[in-house]
Amino acid sequence: MLQIKELTASVGDKEILKGINLNVNPGEIHAIMGPNGSGKSTLSNVLAGRENVTVTGGSLLWHDKNLLDMEIEERAREGIFLAFQYPVEIPGVGNVYLLKAALNAQRQHRGLPELDAMDFLALVKEKMKLMEMNESMLYRAVNEGFSGGEKKRNEILQMAVLEPELAILDETDSGLDIDALKIVSNGVNSLRSPTRSMILVTHYQRLLDYIKPDFVHVLAGGRIVRSGGPELAHELERDGYAWIAESGAYGVGL
Amino acid sequence: MNASHDTLDDLISQEYQHGFETAIEADAIPPGLSEETVRLISARKNEPEFLLQWRLEAYRRWLKMTPPSWASVHHPPIDYQDIVYYSAPKSQKDGPKSLDEVDPELLKTYEKLGIPLHERAILAGVAVDAVFDSVSVATTFKEKLAEVGIIFCSFSEAVQHHPEWIKQYLGTVVPVQDNFYAALNSAVFSDGSFVYIPPGVRCPMELSTYFRINAKNTGQFERTLIIADKGASVSYLEGCTAPMRDENQLHAAVVELVALEDANIKYSTVQNWYPGDKEGRGGIYNFVTKRGDCRGARAKISWTQVETGSAITWKYPSVILRGDDSVGEFYSVALTNHRQQADTGTKMIHIGKNTRSTIVSKGISAGFGHQAYRGLVRIARSARGARNHTQCDSLLLGDRCQAHTYPYIEVKNNSSTVEHEASTSRIGEDQLFFCRQRGLSAEDAVSMIVNGFCKEVFKELPMEFAVEAQKLLGVSLEGSVG
Ligand SMILES: Nc1ncnc2c1ncn2[C@@H]1O[C@H](COP(=O)(O)OP(=O)(O)OP(=O)(O)O)[C@@H](O)[C@H]1O
Ligand SMILES: [Mg+2]
Repeated sequence: MLQIKELTASVGDKEILKGINLNVNPGEIHAIMGPNGSGKSTLSNVLAGRENVTVTGGSLLWHDKNLLDMEIEERAREGIFLAFQYPVEIPGVGNVYLLKAALNAQRQHRGLPELDAMDFLALVKEKMKLMEMNESMLYRAVNEGFSGGEKKRNEILQMAVLEPELAILDETDSGLDIDALKIVSNGVNSLRSPTRSMILVTHYQRLLDYIKPDFVHVLAGGRIVRSGGPELAHELERDGYAWIAESGAYGVGL
Repeated sequence: MNASHDTLDDLISQEYQHGFETAIEADAIPPGLSEETVRLISARKNEPEFLLQWRLEAYRRWLKMTPPSWASVHHPPIDYQDIVYYSAPKSQKDGPKSLDEVDPELLKTYEKLGIPLHERAILAGVAVDAVFDSVSVATTFKEKLAEVGIIFCSFSEAVQHHPEWIKQYLGTVVPVQDNFYAALNSAVFSDGSFVYIPPGVRCPMELSTYFRINAKNTGQFERTLIIADKGASVSYLEGCTAPMRDENQLHAAVVELVALEDANIKYSTVQNWYPGDKEGRGGIYNFVTKRGDCRGARAKISWTQVETGSAITWKYPSVILRGDDSVGEFYSVALTNHRQQADTGTKMIHIGKNTRSTIVSKGISAGFGHQAYRGLVRIARSARGARNHTQCDSLLLGDRCQAHTYPYIEVKNNSSTVEHEASTSRIGEDQLFFCRQRGLSAEDAVSMIVNGFCKEVFKELPMEFAVEAQKLLGVSLEGSVG
């Protein structure tokens, strides 16, 4: 359902993605690993339509629709969700308010009636239980004063409420303590379904112990330099990325 | 970056929604200002001699004054001989009557503005004084308020029926020579509202005045006086709109608040005068002097303003904290878009012991908007144990607008504390991206972020006004993001 072909993209005049190819089918989980600065967040941003990244070539198809023609919010409403590596704070805007507005905007797009305050609250509270989050967080401003781990949990809460078809989780595991990692992973696993796909950007095998990926890709220097099954992650954990430089692939990228 | 630039740009340009004109015959005096004009206005209003003399004194002082030049606003010089100083709908010549007699055209005008004047149609719990150009055309719930001894009427009516209050209080908070525009107002003011709350009475409903400038080339010079006697309390709202015109129109109002011992006055404004078009043609010059005087111990005066309209705003609602333990507050949201300019802020003058003041100012600048916060906190030697907290935040949308902060702090004793916090931020591309990624449209995202930024001020507004203010911000910002 997601087809990325020969995708190139730059920020300013710096080319960052240098020809990405990737297919994601319904129900699949793809892990993307790779050194710092290799373009993982940039790829996630391109999928979500961030305007400061310019796509310079290649194609992006989503259910046979050209993603590149779609606005950020359209992509979101069509089921693409991005959990941010660095979630932003929005002072004065209640967490619950943002969530409700977002959910209703998406429902409206799908021709569903808006949820009223009562039904919405019931839904959110149920999802919060799943994430083992304190209800008081609902009434605080979005991410304001949240700890790093709380912010990440909040992202997954949003995902649980919005129920996207494709979830891109950009280093959601970074900054989580051991218990939180379990809770978040449980949350993510409970959302697994034959129709929902995920792209997990991560640096650590740890997350993949909890959320079993179908494929693991290594992104380096703006290209996917290796793909494999879950065993590839173990290999990376053991050997690091030095091999990329040796093989020359990394060097080309930078 | 460019793409989000444009999105923001598209967002900040929506038409002014109250720009219609009411076709109604007006009784106006010819343009121009002289001692004769002052006498004419006073005569039209059948004023007692003392008031005429007061006006003339103000006029003579005004002649010797010059417009303030310290504010960071720019406009061509105003030709004071080109302004009409008095214009009233003909049908209202004899002053406000009972609602049944109000010209239906006027009722329709206010209805269109969302201010129905028929009492049965009114939002429960809000009494309205409607001022159209130079006169008050209707005041609602007057009788009901009179039952508890509250006087709520047009200023002209107060002059006729309660001259003793006027004589005792007029010009005691804002003296005629206070500044150029206040002197002008004192000479030619036409109408406005008058409120008196007797000792110990808590006003049972919100009082409000709705100002409308309609006639062309007309200046509006209203005068409002609110007196809260010992232990009294009142919440007062002010709203304003004007038709869209290519010429600038002058609005120079004076508002005086007097709070005696233990009295409490809350004054809220939603100012939405016509701001001019995108290129900066037309719009109201809003040069206003508002001041409150906490005359007794433990008195409290609180100003809340949401300033989204006007081509130029020059306004510093202030509090003189004379009584011991008295409290002054200023909560402000000011928005400048396109070519709008605003130089606004407050003055907190601490005289009494243990007086406290709070200032929260939120400035939003978009388009080519130009904005300055100017705040004075003065703590006199006598104000032992005084405290002030100022928080002053600016939000910029785009990179062609400006925001400046000018805090003036004078402390004359060493037992007082003054805190000042200031911040400037740009509406983050990352915040916008985040909200849109969750499915919100760019418009909704911006208005959500801006409303969040203003939250501390909005929560000070009475309920219906808060909703109105949020909508207004959304509208004023549309097409702005850039
Ligand atoms: N706005 C920007 N301006 C300039 N360079 C940028 C910008 N955004 C990203 N880059 C550069 O693009 C490259 C890829 O960044 P990206 O954030 O995609 O890396 P990443 O793979 O997610 O790294 P990490 O593992 O550290 O999160 C980096 O060299 C980064 O500095
Ligand atoms: Mg990253």
